[in-house]
Amino acid sequence: MLLLDCPWCGKRDQTEFSYGGEAHIDRPIKPVEKSDSDWGQYVFFRANPKGYHRERWMHAQGCRRWFNLMRHTVTNEIKGSYKPGETFPPVSPKENQND
Amino acid sequence: MRYSAFTLAREAILGHKNWPKMWRSPEMKSSYDAVIIGGGGHGLAAAYYLAKLHGITNVAVLEKSWIGGGNTGRNTTVIRSNYLQKESAALYDEAIDMWGTLENELNFNLMVSPRGLLHLAHNTHDMQEIGRRAHAMYMHGVDAELITPEQVKDWIPFIRLNGRFPVMGALLQRRGGTIRHDAVAWGYARAADSLGIDIIQNCDVTGFQIESGKVVGVETSKGPIRTNRVGIAAAAHSTELAEKAGFRLPIEAVPLQALVSDPLKPVMDCVALSNTVHAYLSQSDKGELVIGGGTDPQISWGQRGGFFEVENMISAVLELYPIFSKLRMMRQWGGTVDVTPDRSPLISKTPVDGIYVDCGWGTGGFKATPVGGRSLAHMIATDRPDHLSAPYSIDRYFTGALIDEGSASAVAH
Ligand SMILES: Cc1cc2nc3c(=O)[nH]c(=O)nc-3n(C[C@H](O)[C@H](O)[C@H](O)COP(=O)(O)OP(=O)(O)OC[C@H]3O[C@@H](n4cnc5c(N)ncnc54)[C@H](O)[C@@H]3O)c2cc1C
Ligand SMILES: [Zn+2]
Repeated sequence: MLLLDCPWCGKRDQTEFSYGGEAHIDRPIKPVEKSDSDWGQYVFFRANPKGYHRERWMHAQGCRRWFNLMRHTVTNEIKGSYKPGETFPPVSPKENQND
Repeated sequence: MRYSAFTLAREAILGHKNWPKMWRSPEMKSSYDAVIIGGGGHGLAAAYYLAKLHGITNVAVLEKSWIGGGNTGRNTTVIRSNYLQKESAALYDEAIDMWGTLENELNFNLMVSPRGLLHLAHNTHDMQEIGRRAHAMYMHGVDAELITPEQVKDWIPFIRLNGRFPVMGALLQRRGGTIRHDAVAWGYARAADSLGIDIIQNCDVTGFQIESGKVVGVETSKGPIRTNRVGIAAAAHSTELAEKAGFRLPIEAVPLQALVSDPLKPVMDCVALSNTVHAYLSQSDKGELVIGGGTDPQISWGQRGGFFEVENMISAVLELYPIFSKLRMMRQWGGTVDVTPDRSPLISKTPVDGIYVDCGWGTGGFKATPVGGRSLAHMIATDRPDHLSAPYSIDRYFTGALIDEGSASAVAH
């Protein structure tokens, strides 16, 4: 079970949160110009890394706000969490070598 | 050696010293007509059907650890075909029919037990959902019965009908039940091996050789192999392999757990599931209760899930079956399941010529092992899907022809 760090409320048990999947997926700016293939990729295809993953969580039983979190999907190590619109240090390629 | 009552009796008298190995451990060759990545049920079945139905026997199954050590050996062994969509009914019901004759075909005891499966309804929404599903099943020619709480009590005399989760009715599928999961891997492995297929364990596939859009080989931890036909049946790891071949798959890896209790005298001769309370259980032939629940939400490769899921399962089981309150749990484990957006699998060609996938089975692909394997074999042999697998192409995420089984397979396996 994870101990997640809400940027507004602090560390809370995972059961207070709901998961929102991969973070930083931009909605197509000019939707009509996108092909079916682009739309399929946008709606259905997600990263599935063995390594660090930036993902969205919502503090459903707390402040009910969304935030981003960087977590390692093999070890569950949490690098940190940050508010929407904030930037968070990128992970160097070396750091992302997993297992 | 053909297994029979006679060989069993003979070996009993001779002290069980002459049983041959069930499959060889051959040296890997440098080239094969086809290679299958992943020695789970689906990969082993695909190899068997390649040899049996298509006469292609120069085939290797490459397994990075031991066969059946992935989700095939970690699941709760439930089989059923009570799905909503016609594409699913066709696929999963065909699998139930195939299980019926597979033991004779493979000459292996799979402990196939179509003992009856109850899908419990605890509120009005559940009642509507099982009603809709039962009617869909009638339409698709799948056996389904809606039964009353009193009838549920006939099946499970110790169930609490009027607790926190009142039982308002159930969807009964008599052909649903359980099958010994390891035996499926072993049975297919033995049969494939006897037809000449090489099963190579401890062999991790690390990359592909691709020339002008066509696969010409795979890289492995034991060296390269030349081949122009590859089937990927590596569950969630299929995304990593796909990326190495230069394409993406709409699959996410999430943990799913199960637990078993100390063995009990026989108390329960059916499988009971309920979506609302996120728990299902059955009793194995050894007497253990086998209990499963829901997935953790987030991607994880750790093969273990959160304790809150265990608590959810246990509290739901105790609420419905207070008789088990003194029971001790013996083991608990997790698998990494390969979930797709519409909760239906991918049995598909890929952007690379000669690479085919059979994956994305998520929380419920054990029951479909014979069908998934046979369809993958068909695609490898003919470069075309068979009629059952055609709707399961990756293209559906671009055309919109999804096969939405969110309600049927998200919790109940
Ligand atoms: C707890 C739990 C309960 C479940 N309950 C049920 C149930 O009751 N009923 C049901 O129908 N289904 C159930 N399932 C789902 C079911 O187990 C799976 O859908 C099914 O077993 C998948 O079989 P498979 O052969 O595709 O995958 P797996 O059995 O996972 O096989 C994939 C194999 O590929 C190998 N592999 C991966 N990467 C590589 C590589 N690079 N090179 C070589 N080999 C590789 C792995 O080691 C693994 O052995 C459950 C799953 C879990 C975890
Ligand atoms: Zn908060």
